[in-house]
Amino acid sequence: VGRSKVDEEVLDELENVLVSSDVGVDTTVKIIDAIEKRVARDLYLNATELDKILKEEIARLLNATQPDTAQGYDLPKVNGPYVILVVGVNGVGKTTTIGKLAAQFKKSGKKVILGAADTFRAAAVDQLKLWGERTGVPVVSHGMNTDPASVAFDAVKQGVEQGADVILIDTAGRLHNKVNLMNELAKIKRVMQKYIPEAPHEVMLVLDGSTGQNAMIQAKEFMRVTEVNALAITKLDGTAKGGVVIGISDQLSIPVKYIGVGEKVDDLQVFNKYEFVDSLFKKN
Amino acid sequence: MFDSLSTKLDYAIKSLKGEGKITEINVATTVKEIRRALVDADVNYKVAKSVTDKIKDEALGQDVLIAVKPGQLMVKIVADELTNLMGGTKVDINLTGEPAVVLVAGLQGSGKTTFSGKLGYLLKKQNRNVLLVACDIYRPAAIDQLKVLGEQAGVEVYAEPENRNAVEIARNAIAYAKEQRKKVVIVDTAGRLAIDEQMMREIAEVKKAIQPTETLFVVDSMTGQDAVNTAKAFNERLNFDGVVLTKLDGDSRGGAALSIRTVVEKPIKYIGTGEKLDAIDVFHPDRMAQRILGM
Ligand SMILES: Nc1nc2c(ncn2[C@@H]2O[C@H](COP(=O)(O)OP(=O)(O)OP(=O)(O)O)[C@@H](O)[C@H]2O)c(=O)[nH]1
Ligand SMILES: Nc1nc2c(ncn2[C@@H]2O[C@H](COP(=O)(O)OP(=O)(O)OP(=O)(O)O)[C@@H](O)[C@H]2O)c(=O)[nH]1
Ligand SMILES: [K+]
Ligand SMILES: [Mg+2]
Ligand SMILES: [Mg+2]
Repeated sequence: VGRSKVDEEVLDELENVLVSSDVGVDTTVKIIDAIEKRVARDLYLNATELDKILKEEIARLLNATQPDTAQGYDLPKVNGPYVILVVGVNGVGKTTTIGKLAAQFKKSGKKVILGAADTFRAAAVDQLKLWGERTGVPVVSHGMNTDPASVAFDAVKQGVEQGADVILIDTAGRLHNKVNLMNELAKIKRVMQKYIPEAPHEVMLVLDGSTGQNAMIQAKEFMRVTEVNALAITKLDGTAKGGVVIGISDQLSIPVKYIGVGEKVDDLQVFNKYEFVDSLFKKN
Repeated sequence: MFDSLSTKLDYAIKSLKGEGKITEINVATTVKEIRRALVDADVNYKVAKSVTDKIKDEALGQDVLIAVKPGQLMVKIVADELTNLMGGTKVDINLTGEPAVVLVAGLQGSGKTTFSGKLGYLLKKQNRNVLLVACDIYRPAAIDQLKVLGEQAGVEVYAEPENRNAVEIARNAIAYAKEQRKKVVIVDTAGRLAIDEQMMREIAEVKKAIQPTETLFVVDSMTGQDAVNTAKAFNERLNFDGVVLTKLDGDSRGGAALSIRTVVEKPIKYIGTGEKLDAIDVFHPDRMAQRILGM
């Protein structure tokens, strides 16, 4: 026998699943409202149909890749090297993601250069250099405690001179409520633009998949200073679901490009929103 | 969505304020709003439910219904309840033993190495002879990172760059510390996921080999709903003695703190409030409660 609406129990359970995946209360309510509306309209619903509708509604909130930025590991044609500035709060996985991306870009036949513009965190330059060795990609560095903007400038300059296809700039982790550190990002960008006016072509914000609702504020604040146009979500190999990204993608219209699923060089995947939605409902 | 919790609580208790007679239904509505506010602060949703159930009982028990200022009373009840749930008073680190051994564990990027450096620096300033031990043999430049921090702190760092066995390194470090008459040994370990069986076995073996007086679980205060799963899993394997909450210089409400404390019943001992070596404080439950409440 068909039901004219989804019963309370099912919706409560759904709400629990979404909230415990860090989707957040507002986005959860939005999803559930959308489902209730559709159910009221479509009138009949069994468990399989509900499942389908649910996944459709969530996938709708997840933005598709913007055509003017990298599609997977294919880069859009630009004048000179394609410059990616990688930003985010402390410890989310920026440097590791750069190492993994360098390997993928190289594998797809591109010439890659890395810029070690985290000159602050202890041994940050050494860490990036090891990733450079591991992937066979050169690293431009001025050492620790030097000016990050001039490292970025130099990386861009050397990239152009050496005919690189892609330049990845690592930056120090910074909490988005620290005004000076946030302004430093704007400076890094300005200085790079002296050499390539369109750079950076991509500002990639790295979010830790186990972060809760604070990730939304991170995205908003980084967007204010750097026009973030790509997201990478890391550490999804753990039990955290990274659901906060649904609200971020929906409200801020930034596409998720990549997900990190481990610490090794191959543990990077191109984001697939259907797989992501499926993983929300998978027991760990 | 991210109005501070206090605004939300204000809204929540508005139904209590300015109403002559308050019914149980109003309390129920208020409690539901509080629950929502807590979940938005990343308090685990199950924990938020049990907390708000307690708040409801307390509110009814204290006769919020006939109080002169029900709103204010309600806020106080909530703050007190959260404080209690986080242990009420501070708990100090245990540094008995010759040497005292502190094992530092947690997820990737949570702040273990930085915390190890900070604790080393703090104890050194208290005139203790400290040894830092680099047991992260995986992360690129992990040893270098600890060495830099050790140098900044003026604390010796023990490392075996060629050794691929963390248990052995830890054991050797303790022997070295005894020989050198160190008072405290702080063992930094690699980040690991609770579901990584091989890595969890490693840290359990490190613990068994060095018998720490204090095992600390380091967690990023921005962590969401998964904080409880992780804390539970680490606790099952390590039976840790305390929690370190890092990156509190950010603007997260820190709901993970409440959730972890409630679920594993282990005290939070330190907080990290910056990247520099002196950005470390002992934890005060009442201040954290106020933070969660946005007071
Ligand atoms: N399990 C897992 N660990 C990851 C992933 N990505 C990064 N990590 C680990 O997370 C930790 C932090 O990674 P980093 O790349 O150093 O992070 P970061 O953002 O550069 O850190 P800071 O420069 O200090 O702000 C390291 O231990 C990495 O190995 C991932 O996808 N899965
Ligand atoms: N703002 C801020 N940053 C912190 C704090 N504690 C650590 N960090 C930063 O967070 C990042 C990760 O810290 P680490 O100490 O490398 O973390 P970890 O747990 O040792 O990381 P892995 O060894 O890769 O698992 C670094 O950029 C630190 O500077 C803190 O209390 N506040
Ligand atoms: K996952
Ligand atoms: Mg880094
Ligand atoms: Mg470390």
